[in-house]
Amino acid sequence: MTTAALPDRRGRDIEVERAELAATWRPRPGLWGWLTSVDHKSIAKRYIITCMLWFLLAGVNAALMRLQLSRPENSLVGPDRYNQLFTVHGSAMMFLFAVPVMTAMALYLVPLMVGTRDVAYPRLNALGYWVFLTGGLFLFVSFYLNMGPDQGWFSYVPLAGPQQSPGHRVDVWAQMVTFTEIAGLIAAVEIIVTVFKLRAPGMSLNRIPLYVWSALVIAFMIIFAMPSVAIVSTLMLAMDRLVATQFFNPAEGGDAILYQHMFWFFAHPEVYIMFIPGLGFVSEIVETFTGRKIFGYPVMVLSLFLTGFVAFGLWVHHMFATPIPQLGQTFFTAASVLIAVPSGVQIFCWIATIWAGRPRFTTAFLWALGFIVVFTIGGLTGVMVASVPFDLQVHDTYFVVAHFHYVIIGGVLFPLFGAFYFWFPKIFGRLLDERLGKWHFWLFFVGVNVTFFPMHLLGLDGMPRRVYTYIPETGWGDLNMLATVGSWIIAASVVVFLVNVLKSVRGGAVAGPNPWGSPSLEWATSSPPEPWNFTRIPAVESRTPLWTASEAAELPVVTGLRTDRREFLVTSALDAVPESRHELPEESIWPLLMAVAIGVTFIGAVWRFWAYGVGFAMATIAFAGWAWPRRTRPEDVVWSRRRARPAPAPLGAPPAAPSAARSPEAAP
Amino acid sequence: MKRAAVCAALLLGACRGATYQSVLEPKGPQAAHVHQLWRFALVVAAVVYALTVLALLWAAWRGSRRARDGMPPVEGDRPGMTRAVSLGTGVTVAILLVFLVYDLSVGRTTTGVPIRDPLTIELTGHQWWWEVTYSGPSPRDRFTTANEIHIPVGRPVLFVLNADDVIHSFWVPNLAGKKDLIPGRTTSVWFQADTPGVYRGQCAEFCGYQHAKMALFVVAEPTSQYRQWAEASLAQAAPPSDPAAVRGQQVFMKSSCALCHNIEGTLAGSHAGPDLTHLASRRTLAAGTIRNTRGNLAGWIVDPQRIKPGAHMPPNQLAPDDLEALLTYLQSLR
Repeated sequence: MTTAALPDRRGRDIEVERAELAATWRPRPGLWGWLTSVDHKSIAKRYIITCMLWFLLAGVNAALMRLQLSRPENSLVGPDRYNQLFTVHGSAMMFLFAVPVMTAMALYLVPLMVGTRDVAYPRLNALGYWVFLTGGLFLFVSFYLNMGPDQGWFSYVPLAGPQQSPGHRVDVWAQMVTFTEIAGLIAAVEIIVTVFKLRAPGMSLNRIPLYVWSALVIAFMIIFAMPSVAIVSTLMLAMDRLVATQFFNPAEGGDAILYQHMFWFFAHPEVYIMFIPGLGFVSEIVETFTGRKIFGYPVMVLSLFLTGFVAFGLWVHHMFATPIPQLGQTFFTAASVLIAVPSGVQIFCWIATIWAGRPRFTTAFLWALGFIVVFTIGGLTGVMVASVPFDLQVHDTYFVVAHFHYVIIGGVLFPLFGAFYFWFPKIFGRLLDERLGKWHFWLFFVGVNVTFFPMHLLGLDGMPRRVYTYIPETGWGDLNMLATVGSWIIAASVVVFLVNVLKSVRGGAVAGPNPWGSPSLEWATSSPPEPWNFTRIPAVESRTPLWTASEAAELPVVTGLRTDRREFLVTSALDAVPESRHELPEESIWPLLMAVAIGVTFIGAVWRFWAYGVGFAMATIAFAGWAWPRRTRPEDVVWSRRRARPAPAPLGAPPAAPSAARSPEAAP
Repeated sequence: MKRAAVCAALLLGACRGATYQSVLEPKGPQAAHVHQLWRFALVVAAVVYALTVLALLWAAWRGSRRARDGMPPVEGDRPGMTRAVSLGTGVTVAILLVFLVYDLSVGRTTTGVPIRDPLTIELTGHQWWWEVTYSGPSPRDRFTTANEIHIPVGRPVLFVLNADDVIHSFWVPNLAGKKDLIPGRTTSVWFQADTPGVYRGQCAEFCGYQHAKMALFVVAEPTSQYRQWAEASLAQAAPPSDPAAVRGQQVFMKSSCALCHNIEGTLAGSHAGPDLTHLASRRTLAAGTIRNTRGNLAGWIVDPQRIKPGAHMPPNQLAPDDLEALLTYLQSLR
C-alpha cells in the first residue's frame, strides 16, 4: 500500500483505465466466486434463468391440467392431485415467475440503462436472489413430495385455515409467499435508489427511458402492495395455523372477508406490477425498430403512473360476489373501467409511432405487435368484468380464466419474449436466431388463441374454474379438447424457444455493442458488458443519447472516477447533477448465509415453532458479519484489491469533482 | 368475434348443450338484463377491437412502405398525430362512460330486493352439497331438502345464504349471477324464473376436493305444480308397507345411515348429511353428480369415495340382501 497525493485522471488513455478497472472488478474464480458474487448482471442472469425454470415447471402443471380436462370425467388425475396442480401453477406463475422475472429484468437492465456500474446495494441484491431461490425450491420440492399447496393460489380462509386444511400444505404456500415478498421488496428498493440516485449525469427526469420509468413505477407499487400480503399470509394466516390465533375464524369473532380485502389489496396491483414493465419493454422495442422517438413521451410516462395509481383502487372487483355495499361496488366498477384509458392511450401512441416510423419487422418487433393484438382482447373483456352484474355471471368461470390469460400472456409474456429477443445479444453477446424466433412467435400466437379463446365460451356456458372434471351432459367436452390442443401448440413453441436459446448462446451471430441501432445507454457498452458496465460513465444530453451521439459522432463521458476502487457516481434525483462519489462493496458470502438463516427460520417454522428462535440467532450472526466495519481507506490511498501498486506520479491538483469530457471512441 | 368462434367450434364438431347451464340462454328477468348488457358490450368491444387492429396494421403498412421507399422516419410529433391520439382517447373515454352508466342501471335493476311477496328459501352450503330449507309464515311450513330447488314460475325467490364450513358460491347461470355463501355471514340473493324448466347450477367458489361435484338443480314449474310439490315435501315420510321396505328401514336405523341423515317421521334426525325424507323424488344423487337410479344409489351407498373422492360419506359394508332392502326402502321415499 502506497500513500500519495490523488492523481489527476483527466486525459488518461481509456485502455489504461480499462485494464485498471479489470483488475479492480475482476470476479473471483470458481464456485466460491459464484456464491459470493454481487455483480448485478450475474445475479440478474441467474434470477431470470431461475424464473424461467419455475415458468417451465408451472407450465408442465398447466399442460397436465389441460390433459385432465380434455374430456369429461377423465381420470388422469384425481381431485387431490388436480388441486395441487392448479394451486402450484397459479402460485408459481404469480409469485415465482411473472413478478420476479420482471424485477430480475429490471435488476439487469436498469443500471445499464441509467448508465452506472451496479445497483445501489449489490449485497442486498444478492440476498434477494438467494431468498427467492429458497422460496421457489421450497414450493416445488414440496409439490413433488406430494405436499404441494392445494387450496388455490389465493388461499381463501376458512378453506386454508387450520380446521379445513390440516397438514402443512398451506404452510408451504404461506412461507413461499414470505420468501418472494422479501425478494420483491429488496428488488424494489434497489430499483428506486438506482433510478433516483445513480443515473448518469444529464439524465434528468425527462430523459429517463420509458422502460426505466416502468421499473420505477412497479418498484413503488411493490412497496405499497406487498406488505399487505406479507401481513395477511406470513403473519395472520400462518399464525392462525401455527399458534391458533383466530384472525379469520368466524366462530371466534374473526372474519373471512378481511382476508380477501388484504389479499386482493396486494393481488390486484400485482397484476399491474407484472404488466407495467411489459409496457416499458414494448416502448423500447417500438422506439428502436421504428427508428424514431416514441410519440407522446410525457403522456406515456403519466399513463404508467396513472395505471400504477389506479391499480390500487380495483381490488374489490375480485369480491363482487361477497356482501359489499352497492355504493362501494360502484366506485370499484368506475375505477376498473377507467384504468382502460391509460392503457388505451399508450396503444394509440405506439400505433402513431409505428405510423410515423420505419418499422423493421424483427422477431422482437413482432412480439410487440402481437402484444397489442392479444392484450387488447384481455383489456376489452377486462372492461366487461368490471361491470358488477356481468361479473356476477362470469366471476370464477372460464370466462375469467380466458380474460386474465389474455391479459397476462398478452401483457407479460409477449413483451417479455420480445425483450428476450431484444436484449439477449446484450446479455450473452450473441443474437438469437431470427428464423426460429419467428416460428416461436407464430406457434405461440396461434397456440394462445386456440387455448384461451374457447374458454370465453366455456365460461358463458357455465363452466366454473378450478374443477378437476365435469360431466358429459354439460357439453363442455369439445371446446375443452380444442383448448387442450392449443396447449400442445404453446408447448411446441416454448420448445422452439429453448432450442433457439441453447443454439444461440454458443453459436449465434456475434452481436457487437449495438446490433439494433438502439438509442439507450445499455447499448453504449460491450455485449456482454464488462463487470464494471462502463469504462467511462456516459453523460446524457438527450432522451435518445446514442442517436444524438451518432449525429454528433461522439458520446460525452465522465472522467475522473477512480479505477483502483469500485467507485460510482451519485447524482441528484431530479436533474442528475453529479453530487458525490461512492464506493461499491466487494464480493461477500454474507448475503448467502443470511438467506440460509431466513430459510431456516421460515421453513423450520412450518414444523417447529422454535425454528423462529434458531433462525433469529443465525440471522443475527449473519447480520453481524455483513455489517462488520470495513477498513476505511483514506481518499489519498491508492489501493487495489489484488495488488498494491505504486501510485502514478502526481499530476497537479486533484479534481474537485468528476468532469465531463468528450471521448470519440465511446460513440457507437 | 363470438359468432366466428361459434362457427369455428361448430366446424370442429362442437355440439354444446345450449340450455343446460348457460349465461347465453336467460330464463329470468335478471339473466335477461345481463344478457342484453353482454350483447351490447360484445358488439362495442368487437368494433373497438377491429378498429384497433386495423389501425395497427395500417400503421405498420404505412411505415413499411416508407422503409421500402427509403424514406426516413417522420421526426417530431406532427399535429395530425396528436389529434388522432386525442380523438382515440376521447372516444375511448366516451364509450367507457356510456358503458359505465348502462352497467350501473342494469346493476340497480338486478340487485334491488323484490317488493312483491317473495318465496324465501334458506340455502346452506356444505362440503359438497346444498341444504335447502323452505320457510313460510308459520314454523309448520318449514321443510328441508337438498340439491334440488323447486320454485314457482313468475314469482321472485329470495335466497338467504349461509355456509357451514368454507366459502361456497351459489350460481344458476340461466337465472341470475352468483352470490357467495360465507361462514359467519348471512348474505342474500334473489331471482325469478319466467319459463318452466330445469336449470343446473354449480358451486362457483373453490371449496376443496369436490368443488367440481357440487351442483344443484332449480326446477321452475307453474304455481299449481309447485304447490303440489311443496305440500308433498312438507309431509312426513310415509311408513313403509312393503315388507322389503320395512326391513330396509330397519337396516337404515341400525347402520351408520341414521347417524348423519334425517328422515321426517322416523327416529333418524341428524342433519349432518342431506335430508332423505323425499329422496326418491329427486333427480340426482351426490349433489348433481349421478342420476338417481337404483343401481347408482347402490353404488353410492357402498362406495361413495369411488364416485366422489373426498366426500364426507363413509363407505358402507352391507350384506347383499340388506342392501337390496335398503334400496327398496329409500326408493319408496317419494
